[in-house]
Amino acid sequence: MFELLGVPPQVLLGQLLLGLINGSFYAVLSLGLAVIFGLLNIINFAHGALYMAGAFVAWMLLNYLGIGYWPALIVAPLIVGVFGVVIERTMLSRLYHLDHLYGLLLTFGLALIIQGLFRNYYGISGLPYQIPAVLSGGQNLGFMFLPNYRAWVVVASVLVCFATWFAIEKTRLGAYLRAATENPTLVGAFGVNVPLMVMLTYGFGVALAGFAGVLAAPIYSVNPTMGEQLIIVVFAVVVIGGMGSIMGAIVTGYMLGIVEGLTRVFYPEGSAVVIFVIMAIVLMIKPEGLFGRTA
Amino acid sequence: MAMTDKTKGEATGMPTLHKIIFGVLLVALIALPFFVYPVFAMKVMCFALFAAAFNLLLGFGGLLSFGHAAYFGGASYVAAHAAKVWGLTPELAVLCGAAAAGLLGFVIGSLAIRRQGIYFAMVTLAFAQMVYFTALQADFTGGEDGIQGVPRGDLFGLFSLSDNLALYFFVLAVTFGGILLLYRIVHSPFGQVLKAIRENEPRAISLGYNVNRYKLIVFTLSATMAGVAGATKSQVFQLASLTDVHWSMSGEVVLMTLLGGMGTIFGPLVGAGIIVTMQNYLATFGAWVTIIQGVIFVIGVLMFREGIVGVLARWFKRPL
Amino acid sequence: MTKNLVISTAVFAAMTAAPALAQDISVKLGVLNDRSGVYADLSGEGSVVAARMAVEDFKAAENGMSVEIISADHQNKPDIGSNITRQWYDVDGVNAILDVPTSSVALAVADITAENNGVFLISGAGSTALTREQCRPTSVHWTYDTASLANGTGAALTNAGGKKWFFMTADYAFGHSLEENTSAVVKANGGEVVGQVNVPFPNQDFSSFLLQAQGSGADVIGLANAGGDTVNSIKQASEFGITQAGQKLAALLMFTNDVHALGVQTAQGLSLTEAFYWDQNDETRAWSDRFMEAHGAMPNMVQAGVYSSTMAYLAAVKELGSAEDGKAIVDKMKAMDIEDPLFGKVTVRADGRALHDMYLFEVKTPDESTGEWDLYKEISSISGEEAFLPMLEECDFSKK
Repeated sequence: MFELLGVPPQVLLGQLLLGLINGSFYAVLSLGLAVIFGLLNIINFAHGALYMAGAFVAWMLLNYLGIGYWPALIVAPLIVGVFGVVIERTMLSRLYHLDHLYGLLLTFGLALIIQGLFRNYYGISGLPYQIPAVLSGGQNLGFMFLPNYRAWVVVASVLVCFATWFAIEKTRLGAYLRAATENPTLVGAFGVNVPLMVMLTYGFGVALAGFAGVLAAPIYSVNPTMGEQLIIVVFAVVVIGGMGSIMGAIVTGYMLGIVEGLTRVFYPEGSAVVIFVIMAIVLMIKPEGLFGRTA
Repeated sequence: MAMTDKTKGEATGMPTLHKIIFGVLLVALIALPFFVYPVFAMKVMCFALFAAAFNLLLGFGGLLSFGHAAYFGGASYVAAHAAKVWGLTPELAVLCGAAAAGLLGFVIGSLAIRRQGIYFAMVTLAFAQMVYFTALQADFTGGEDGIQGVPRGDLFGLFSLSDNLALYFFVLAVTFGGILLLYRIVHSPFGQVLKAIRENEPRAISLGYNVNRYKLIVFTLSATMAGVAGATKSQVFQLASLTDVHWSMSGEVVLMTLLGGMGTIFGPLVGAGIIVTMQNYLATFGAWVTIIQGVIFVIGVLMFREGIVGVLARWFKRPL
Repeated sequence: MTKNLVISTAVFAAMTAAPALAQDISVKLGVLNDRSGVYADLSGEGSVVAARMAVEDFKAAENGMSVEIISADHQNKPDIGSNITRQWYDVDGVNAILDVPTSSVALAVADITAENNGVFLISGAGSTALTREQCRPTSVHWTYDTASLANGTGAALTNAGGKKWFFMTADYAFGHSLEENTSAVVKANGGEVVGQVNVPFPNQDFSSFLLQAQGSGADVIGLANAGGDTVNSIKQASEFGITQAGQKLAALLMFTNDVHALGVQTAQGLSLTEAFYWDQNDETRAWSDRFMEAHGAMPNMVQAGVYSSTMAYLAAVKELGSAEDGKAIVDKMKAMDIEDPLFGKVTVRADGRALHDMYLFEVKTPDESTGEWDLYKEISSISGEEAFLPMLEECDFSKK
């Protein structure tokens, strides 16, 4: 069997698969960010904190209300989404007439608050959340042992990403949304309730983050800093993919997960920084991103 | 205080109000170490200079950089290394650090200014992250340990700075001088052009100004002065660590500038003073500091975008 | 101008100064550790409780001493730690600093303590540099260090048949030091290191690195990391079927509170080395029960180390009659014969390294474990001389 740079193919395949799994998280999170930026022109720095909130809500549902994993997959994102709607109504909507950067600063501040509150009440060590029984165990694929739950993560994220893309690009609702971003006054004149759509869009984008959080809860420890480490990377993913492009965010998310996985094999110390290097290069050559359209 | 007297004298045309404020500030700062723990006061001054340097770029240049910690922290590491390993005297170490920051700023700036708005901010962030990871991996930066045990040295090879008080006056001279220098830059023809670019870039271009060159110059100046602040800080605390290059440090300086007042001279100083003092006294409350900073951010953005000094300037109808 | 959390100092000062003795030796102790981050359970408030117990048990008042305890959170950052330390010595009149987990902070504290002639009683940190490359006459490294852990776990596992090792190393100074010490021991015992990977620190997802470990064909996977990283690596190793497939996991740095957090179900069979365990003998049990009542969790070796080192320190101060001269106090501690209720016989060597027995433990299976804190069974013990590295010539402070 051939070896690529001293790495046997089984290990390579295994790492590619792991990269795909990580990429699933990047895809769902950057999809949420792209929806919010692409349709609302808001840079949502609170996305990481809301992802973390999603994981915590799932944990709380289980431990305080006895609601298990499967219902939590729907309930937790809903709760996070509602919270997002409240944020949008009370705070973000006041900043639309100003420079983008104020929205960024506001959401940055919100992220600090959310993270600080969770840290205060739950400490910093992780809280345990069990993998649902039906998904425990794994399959021996020959080149690696794939835990069932991780396979589920890939499936779930692909489904959700596809459904979202379809809704935005192919349905009438999506068309209204896209039109509303281009020309809110005109669309409003047609009788479409633009503020309502904006509000729901933000809520939906944020709910996606919450969904990713529930997916993450059983495999990464549920702790207040889980979003902080991820948010900067996800931003890079969105910028590379193209900040307004839905498909771009999804595809780039998976791609970068794989790139990161490969870097872990050949140069593990650099796996944390490779995404930023790519981002810098893309910004120099094609600033609107790989899939973006020039604004 | 030879440095500061000379600069003040040259700034003919500085409004009387500003002269008075600077004068009062100087007197207060000279008296301060006798009432307050000098090391704490020095920390406030270093951050005040950092915030003022950042404000040059944001408030007067109109460019939001999300990675200013790279210059602050980078200079901190270089100055620490210069003092500890090369055995340079403090003022030379600070110069080395500032030069390194300026160089880094020039390189990153020249790449970043090709883009505008949010993309500009993202590029600065990307490069700052790369600087962070370099600091984490490189040998000379000591990784998690940082560079520890930086000697305090003798100023100009003559005056020992091991005493907190002596060091305090060195830091006072450097930071006060730095802030006056920034004042001078803003209130100069160069500063006027910057203002024009910030208000209406296409117009400035049509008037024949090489806008990109101005942006690069202000970026480099801002990075250099941030470097002076970082280098001085490493001499005071005898330590350069990863905290100085982390993106949360970049976020903090934005917070200080926003809180104090973007586009004002005294705003960043006030903002830095408040944030550093708050962190000091509330340190025992751990996570509450983060929450409070977040609340300040949110309230600041929603209601006090001009910042404290901005509000004062509006009341007194004078630029501050 | 204090930014420290002052814990019932007024009460303490009043209690310990009750009989109005003319010459009370006044002592101020500062417990500096992580109160809100990854090592909060390891040290945190528990270490403060341990310090208080030491002052109580020493009966300070009867011995003519008034002892005050303050504490602060260094958040695992060297700059915050060094700021607090500087302020404690310059402004707050602290005589001795206790605990300090996270070696990068401990190194900074050791330097500042030496400058100010205070005393640094190290319990939480583990870097051997504290008594070697950066040894100081005012430091006493009490509880453990990476070399003793390597000599315990590394030697034992290699001799038990684990000849081929693969290291997953947290990519920072401590992780590398742990790996270095252990691989030296492995090779000295006839084993070989078949591979290693540097894992970014801190990290959440170890799947990629575990896969590499699996593919290496090693008998033992050495986890050269600590705290949350170790806990996550073990959980994910179980998820990927690594332990089930027969590879052994060596947790090179693990504490009772980590095993408790993991649970015996996941952690069973893990080998690790510690300096103290609550269930070793009647004396440790008695003390630990008191600790459990005061704090709500069983003590780990770091907290036990804070108690013991404080007791020894107070004894030295009493003999000298003052807490001002740090180096003199440390010299006194080095000259004392210490019989400690928790660590047994302890000798503080001339370089500041405290020598005492270390123990190899194995985590019990769920069947063997009879209670929430019944976690370990003792396998063997290693004497202090064997466990710790020999003293370096230039660190022999008895000659200076």
